[in-house]
Amino acid sequence: MHELSIAMSIVEMVEDEMEHRGGLQIVAVHLRIGQLAGVVKEALLSSYEMACEDTALAGSQLIVEEVPVIMYCPTCDARRPVLASEWFNCPQCGAPVTEIVQGKELELVSLEIDE
Amino acid sequence: MNPGTRIIEVRQNLLKKNDLLARQLRQRFHDAGVYVISMVSSPGAGKTELLQQTLTKLRSEHRVAALVGDLATENDAARLARSQAPVKQITTGTLCHLEAAMVESALQEWNLRELDFLFIENVGNLVCPSSYDLGEDLRLVLLSVTEGEDKPLKYPTIFNSADVAVISKMDIAAAVEFDEATARRNIQAVRPGMNIVTVSAKSGAGMDSYLDFLRSCKTPSPVSPIPR
Repeated sequence: MHELSIAMSIVEMVEDEMEHRGGLQIVAVHLRIGQLAGVVKEALLSSYEMACEDTALAGSQLIVEEVPVIMYCPTCDARRPVLASEWFNCPQCGAPVTEIVQGKELELVSLEIDE
Repeated sequence: MNPGTRIIEVRQNLLKKNDLLARQLRQRFHDAGVYVISMVSSPGAGKTELLQQTLTKLRSEHRVAALVGDLATENDAARLARSQAPVKQITTGTLCHLEAAMVESALQEWNLRELDFLFIENVGNLVCPSSYDLGEDLRLVLLSVTEGEDKPLKYPTIFNSADVAVISKMDIAAAVEFDEATARRNIQAVRPGMNIVTVSAKSGAGMDSYLDFLRSCKTPSPVSPIPR
């Protein structure tokens, strides 16, 4: 359960950004989280609420976009979706695949602020 | 988007701080000529026993040291200290994984140039450590024969993040009816091409080829001793 430390780092990063840009009122924080990032969305949402308490982010929303896993199949020379995270094989030709193109993201994308 | 609001693009990695620090650590390790191996597994898979035997056996030819992470107690550091190698415990309190900053601060009193191998034993946990780069060169994931052959399928993220899988406690494999072929197939399913090593730290079986493998990682030779 490391979602709380991730939530705390989100708060810290947003506070830095607020300080940098001066007096923003944060309405929502947008994230992208890959399915292979090892983060559970529900746990992160509840941790975020806790981490925001008594900060300038209190009451803001966390909006998470989940990013599916995409791999590169060298045999087909194409990008393919990973259908199940426990099976890293190309869904078309069945070849084992080692290169993950997408799905490990843990990204703070944007801040939604009140004008 | 809510009415009356505006979007500001940020686009930053949430683990940026850890990743930056890990990158600096990796550079420091490289400059000092120390090869760094981290170990992850579920609690009780035999990381400490394997590490104790590893330190004891490597010590005769190489300068070795270890950091060991646990939520509480200095028990593992005391066990590892029997190898006579320098050992330091990192107690994380309630934190379920090690982060690069903890590694950095634990290393403050050590001169990395005096080391050939540094081992970092992570907190026993197959979930959280996968996200945190510690600056290591090689990440070992241990799977003990008592855990069930489908462990890699249940925890694909950490197995996928590792470089080598070590199947441990092979001395009791028959007693627990461990199916090695299935375990190997499952490891390959979540991380195609991963090196797999089988050992028993207790009986010593497989230890020599495991240690040769570690040495070959530090000084790569054209031919890998472990078949893929």
